[in-house]
Amino acid sequence: MLHNLSIGELADRLAAKRISSVELTAHFLARIERLNPSLNALITLTAEQALDSAAAADRRLAAGERGRLLGIPLIHKDIFCTDGVRTSCGSRILDNFVAPYDATVVTRLKSAGAVMLGKSNMDEFAMGSSNETSFYGPVRNPWDTTRVPGGSSGGSAAAMGARLASFCTGTDTGGSIRQPAALTGVTGIKPTYGRVSRYGMVAFASSLDQAGVFARTAADAAAVLEVMAGFDPRDSTSVDAPVPDFPALLEQPLKGLRIGLLREFFEGLEARNAALIEEALRVYRSLGAETLEVSLPHLPLSVPTYYVVAPAECSSNLSRFDGVRYGYRCAQPKDLTDLYKRSRGEGFGAEVKRRIMTGTYVLSAGYYDAYYLKAQKVRRLITDDFRAAFQKVDLLIGPTTPTPAFAIGAKIDDPVTMYLNDIYTIGANLAGLPGLSAPCGFIDGLPMGLQLIGPHFSEARLLGAAHQFQRATRWHEQIPGGYE
Amino acid sequence: MSLTRQDVEKIAHLARLSITDAEMPVCVSSLSSIVDFVAELSRVETGSVEPMAHPLDGQRQRLRPDQVTETDHRDKYQANAPSVQAGLYVVPRVIE
Repeated sequence: MLHNLSIGELADRLAAKRISSVELTAHFLARIERLNPSLNALITLTAEQALDSAAAADRRLAAGERGRLLGIPLIHKDIFCTDGVRTSCGSRILDNFVAPYDATVVTRLKSAGAVMLGKSNMDEFAMGSSNETSFYGPVRNPWDTTRVPGGSSGGSAAAMGARLASFCTGTDTGGSIRQPAALTGVTGIKPTYGRVSRYGMVAFASSLDQAGVFARTAADAAAVLEVMAGFDPRDSTSVDAPVPDFPALLEQPLKGLRIGLLREFFEGLEARNAALIEEALRVYRSLGAETLEVSLPHLPLSVPTYYVVAPAECSSNLSRFDGVRYGYRCAQPKDLTDLYKRSRGEGFGAEVKRRIMTGTYVLSAGYYDAYYLKAQKVRRLITDDFRAAFQKVDLLIGPTTPTPAFAIGAKIDDPVTMYLNDIYTIGANLAGLPGLSAPCGFIDGLPMGLQLIGPHFSEARLLGAAHQFQRATRWHEQIPGGYE
Repeated sequence: MSLTRQDVEKIAHLARLSITDAEMPVCVSSLSSIVDFVAELSRVETGSVEPMAHPLDGQRQRLRPDQVTETDHRDKYQANAPSVQAGLYVVPRVIE
């Protein structure tokens, strides 16, 4: 079936005119109509616009143009501004916001001829690890609809797991691509900080946010990332460095590659999870890689460090939602302060308010040094640990998550327990490193992910290592029942 | 509880957030548990470590030529505003 074909295979069929982009787009739109109601993965469908874009792609193909993503359907996380299309960020406060311009990620994919089918549900302002904080209701995991898909890019992950598009975009501030990719059995990559433009991506924590990809395979993710990545003068932290041809580099041999096993990730790891990682290591050794144990002593401090730095940046970024220039405004404000307070109080959900208040507290007079400055110092210690480890190894390996997908409602009332879901993913964000999650097996019938973390700008190495793992295994080919 | 109701009311005011009476008990307990959780950082020896604000060391702010690159989008932007009049954003009276 078309939804199980790789992006490369689809591009070949489009080029050979065995299928048109309009037919491919109609196929995915029909799947979305049938399968999305039980998942709630998409919150905006742009069917008419998609068919128009597909027809335009078909004209470009007919004129002889070729491109890896020309005519390929995708879903954007609803954190990316899309000109003329509602961009809600999963929040009541932006429920009526129609973006007046495209994010750079959207522009680049549009220019490449990729076809947007719609926009995916997400935790409100990307704050959550379960996709339960969305104003539009929870997303359900296609592997078991009583369970969460992970978050915050839960809609994109569930849509990918259910094969509702050829690929989906996401963002990752503390694990929001890798964690849901693991819990839905798909491949997800968060590139190096600065690799993909943040222009037009609604800001949560600006020193941590980075856009990335959900795909069926590492090879598909490579094709997409090659288009998304690149310098953008409109993003002040965009890195002006050449983007490698990721698809062409997938076959770099793994012989002699040094893979570091993160000791801190294995302490207290559930036996079945550890066994999956051990098995993945055995696969890598059979492919010629060397494995050795490394220690990052400050890594266990990642979660508390993150829960100072990220809320601090969030409290600053979200001050722009004031009920004046765009978004929700409360009824009958009695004065300007009342307008600010009630527009924000009624427009934001509980978790977003909690993070804004946490950030306001750690930045407030008398607490700044003890919390914010302290966390920034620990952030450097964690980053230095990674730098030291990469003197000894080329890649780090470990689990993406401590457990498989948990039940909807199981952790939502206990924020600290929820925050600990990201214990293995947050370190890469603090240090700005690229990270990738690839399917590596199942626990109780639910998919689990293997995480690879590399030095800055090592995306080609991560994608190649995941691609060769996927040629040696079949985990990434497993599809949830009912979605074949 | 490491934070009191008064603490949370002050934080909510600084953040310009209205918190209803119904929301307040959960706010006090969950913010207290978060503050207790991150307090672990105070036990870390950080000595003379330089605080890290940005993940890519050595990145500098770029300068660009001082040229107009944007056109006027006021009408398009104000289409999203709750209340505008004659190209201005309307808010409750501030000066009596």
